[in-house]
Amino acid sequence: MKRLSALEYLKLNKFQAFLYNLKLFFCAIPLWFCKLGRGILNFFKNCGLAIVNEFKDIGYTFAKGNWAVKLSFFIFGFGNFFYGQFLRGMLFLLFEIVFVFFMFVPIGGNPLGTGLYWLDKGNWFKVGDTVGTVQGGFQYDPIYDTDVWVPGDDSVKVMLYGLLTIIFIIGFIYTWRLQVKQCRICMDITAKGKKVRSGKQDMKSLLDDQFHKTLLSLPLVGILAFTVLPIIYMVLVAFTNYDARHDGYSNLFSWVGLEHFNALFDFGKGGLGLAFGEILSWTLMWSFFATFSNYFLGMFVAIMINKKGIKLKKLWRTVLVMTIAIPQFVSLMYVSKLFDSSGLIGRILGQIPFIDRYLDVNHFTSLWDSPDVAKVLLIVINIWIGIPYIMLMATGILMNIPADLYESSRIDGANTFQQYTKITLPYMLFVTGPYLLTSFVNNLNNFNVIYLLTGGTGNPINTDIGTAGGVSVGHTDLLITWLYKMTLGSADTRYYDASIIGICVFLVVAVLSLIVYNIIPSTKNEEDYK
Amino acid sequence: MKKTNDTTIHKTGLGARASRRLSNTVIYIILILITCIWLFPFFGIVLESFRVETTQQVPYLFPKEFGLDNYIRLFKETDFLKWFGNTAVMGIATAVLQTVFILSMSYVLSRLRFKGRKGLMNFMLILGMFPGFLTLILIYKVFSELGLTNEMAPVGLIIVYCASSGMGYYVSKGFFDTIPKSLDEAARVDGATRWQVFYKVIMPLSKPIIIYTVLMGFMAPWGDFMMANYIAHQTSDGMNVAVGMFEWLSRTNLNTHYTMFCAAGVIVAIPVVTVFLFLQKYYVEGVTGGAVKG
Repeated sequence: MKRLSALEYLKLNKFQAFLYNLKLFFCAIPLWFCKLGRGILNFFKNCGLAIVNEFKDIGYTFAKGNWAVKLSFFIFGFGNFFYGQFLRGMLFLLFEIVFVFFMFVPIGGNPLGTGLYWLDKGNWFKVGDTVGTVQGGFQYDPIYDTDVWVPGDDSVKVMLYGLLTIIFIIGFIYTWRLQVKQCRICMDITAKGKKVRSGKQDMKSLLDDQFHKTLLSLPLVGILAFTVLPIIYMVLVAFTNYDARHDGYSNLFSWVGLEHFNALFDFGKGGLGLAFGEILSWTLMWSFFATFSNYFLGMFVAIMINKKGIKLKKLWRTVLVMTIAIPQFVSLMYVSKLFDSSGLIGRILGQIPFIDRYLDVNHFTSLWDSPDVAKVLLIVINIWIGIPYIMLMATGILMNIPADLYESSRIDGANTFQQYTKITLPYMLFVTGPYLLTSFVNNLNNFNVIYLLTGGTGNPINTDIGTAGGVSVGHTDLLITWLYKMTLGSADTRYYDASIIGICVFLVVAVLSLIVYNIIPSTKNEEDYK
Repeated sequence: MKKTNDTTIHKTGLGARASRRLSNTVIYIILILITCIWLFPFFGIVLESFRVETTQQVPYLFPKEFGLDNYIRLFKETDFLKWFGNTAVMGIATAVLQTVFILSMSYVLSRLRFKGRKGLMNFMLILGMFPGFLTLILIYKVFSELGLTNEMAPVGLIIVYCASSGMGYYVSKGFFDTIPKSLDEAARVDGATRWQVFYKVIMPLSKPIIIYTVLMGFMAPWGDFMMANYIAHQTSDGMNVAVGMFEWLSRTNLNTHYTMFCAAGVIVAIPVVTVFLFLQKYYVEGVTGGAVKG
């Protein structure tokens, strides 16, 4: 599509300009996909190149290295010892010893080493095979003269240990590469006649130019152990039949391949696909309304409080901020009961003839039973929850807008509304672009508001979609609350479905974020803000 | 011609003043309305917590008979004190640990440059898109093997709250980004190591963000239902206030526990609101700063 020059663009009237911009926007969509595709291709290309280079480098190191470097291909840290780096050498050697001991040394009567034993038990990705090999069961015990439970393998454990072993192996390969590289560097440095770093210097550098390693170690270990590992585990679960009946302990679960993913395309009653579609559309709608209603109303409140001539600014703000301080579950559950059939507001609203009739005709006992009313109520109550945050944020940003902008626009004859649309709003939108995205994503996963207001046991909700994923689905359920119910407190818990839906949620959020990051201007340059 | 011009100016001047007064009045009315709406539930909860005549929901707000019955029942008949203690311990521990995690992560990402920094940030961004509590399925299994559920659930929960908290580095990174780089450089030129820059130069300047992070960490366990319900749902001994009180408003317990819920809510709110109001200034700084920097 032809781009207009700036001069031509200014000649257009408002409507034409709008059309032009709209066209530009839609014409750009294929370009994004091109960009995305090219990005992915480039990524793989770069990865491939990096791997090839890595192998070249290893080969080169082996060919050119002296005997110490060559030996360190087999004995970890040998090169470090050779060049006097005892601390590093010791650590590398220790790692290798532990690894070999763990993987290959048979302990406790099994012919394989511990690592190989767990890997072998897992039957990794062999469709139809169980995770773990020994099924527990009741066997006759002559001592007690009755059947007793003889535990077999626990699939959950087998998979976890297997996964840990795989991670250990990857770590081993990485460490091997690392120490080979270091030996090579040591060799090069000595060849130049310089001295390599001693252990003491290494320790010191951890507080200086390697300081990031010291600071990052704790948080990164936490993230790896409590986020990355469980996520990999959960993704693996999607390929098994891990559920309430196959809980791994009393019944081994097995690998089923992509079988459960088919359910995503099941649009019949109770099908995962139907429920996912319905819930996703409500989730997106909820997120949209929740984000923007809060955003604009919160900004409106902030502008009102900030207006010149309004007194008691601090009081108004403190009143709103107070509501942030009170733990959400207290206020949310209390409000939920206020709107219930026997609650104060619920009763008053129920006496309004129009609402009364509506509830009567549909046999609803409370406002929460009606899908549409409940959805509106959720959004309204969420405004009550969310406005204080936005108000605070907007107040800070509004104060940053240079006052002379407003003054000069007033001299030019702009009224308050024009000032708002031409100065305040564009500035706010520019500055809070990334915030809007995060807040949209947070609302997609807004567990508290939905679950504490409607999803709990106190409020039965209409179950039109019926059951999906082993739990009954309410009208106000978001993907996140649906997932939550799936994994907890259901007799028909299906972890594999939860895992599949989890992956889908991830994809939805990722795609949304990718698109938005490409549109909004203020995310482009991190260093701009400095 | 000139005369009419003057009068118009005069008139608009008067009109502007009048219209400003009008708009201000409208704004005052709206603000008072907002205040009423926002405070109504809290007045309600406090008033209902003193109601003696019945434990059920009633169609009027002011109790007919005031008394402390609900509070007395709360401590005598339920495990509330236990839950309250659990939550307080979790709040304090989380405040300390989470601050260490978040500050070190955000400081590194903001002020140190090293290979893989951008990659690490992208990685954590992507990781954050996965619904977090799914990790609890595995964590719960492991914790029950290790004995960190049931009575020990608070310990397990502290680990859950803190372990991955490094991923929430955004707000404090935004803060560190605003401290001029020249400070670091000057200290480096004077021979300070990076540790000394961190400890002696930047940390003393970071009081607001440290307090903000501590405050957030302290408040998290008080309001958390999702994770706590997962780890601590079995035994009353290990619950936090949210999980414990949740059952009180179920269909079966509502009529006997409603006013008690209000009383418990008031008690739960007191420590959090007190801490919050004292540190409000820092909270506001955190929210405004964090939002602007993304």
